[in-house]
Amino acid sequence: MKARIRITLKNGVLDPQGKAIQNALSGLGFKGVEEVRQGKYIEVDLASTDEAAARAEVERMCRDLLANLVIEDYAFELSAG
Amino acid sequence: MKSSVIVFPGTNRERDVADVLATVTGKPAQIVWHGDSEVPQSDLIVLPGGFSFGDYLRCGAMAAHSPIMRDVIAKAKAGVPVLGICNGFQILCETGLLPGVLQRNASLKFICKDVWLKVENTRTRFTGCYNQGEVAQMICAHGDGNYFADTATLDRLEGEGQVVFRYCDPAGNVTPESNANGAQRNIAGIADATGRILGMMPHPENAAEAMLGSVDGRKLFESLLAAA
Repeated sequence: MKARIRITLKNGVLDPQGKAIQNALSGLGFKGVEEVRQGKYIEVDLASTDEAAARAEVERMCRDLLANLVIEDYAFELSAG
Repeated sequence: MKSSVIVFPGTNRERDVADVLATVTGKPAQIVWHGDSEVPQSDLIVLPGGFSFGDYLRCGAMAAHSPIMRDVIAKAKAGVPVLGICNGFQILCETGLLPGVLQRNASLKFICKDVWLKVENTRTRFTGCYNQGEVAQMICAHGDGNYFADTATLDRLEGEGQVVFRYCDPAGNVTPESNANGAQRNIAGIADATGRILGMMPHPENAAEAMLGSVDGRKLFESLLAAA
């Protein structure tokens, strides 16, 4: 199975990189960019074919390493291959 | 006083801190590889500065799970003093031994310059030789030193005297302009509730010889020796 994991900053956590991207977009002439938040996208290929077991495992990966829950939230979806 | 300095792939300030420790304590520091499972008997464990694991994923995130860290955490919880400098501070936060996290500098720039720190708490094992409110000149060199914790955690840290160092100007005024990296409440270093675990972004080991521009960091190591 493949897990597609998105890690995003929690609301209220300052995102200097998102701010810099927003400024760059404005500089390029894109009007009305109200906010930019930058996150991470991670793909994990799993040997498991059992969706429930894979879900539990990815959940643990996110909590133990991939996200820092002080400042980040995570979400993921699983698909076959 | 026996000290151990932990080295991860990408650590680069281990010799700086080992040199100061040898000078101040009179005993060479033990250099310990991150892949080992046990820290030798020590009166101080140092997590030095650098870029462990290339700062991949998040600064300190990989190092926090290195084999040696299980024993570092156990020894820290058993009362062995632990000092995390720069990347070491980031690792301590990632392990949960200290609260909060170090984010990208607000300026998005790597900062390498002299900073001035106000000593806010002299009742830790790391700060006994400083005077309350003393201004210490040190050097910082980091891209991710912007301390963040939620308001409740920050209030608790302040209430318990766990904010040990704050960025200030040379006269000791804690101002937005003197905040090197955008850290919440100008925080440069914090301790755990027992005062035995300290994490700080600036480098006291690089401010320990007059030739290098400041000796104010040396007192931190002298404090440890006096408390040992």
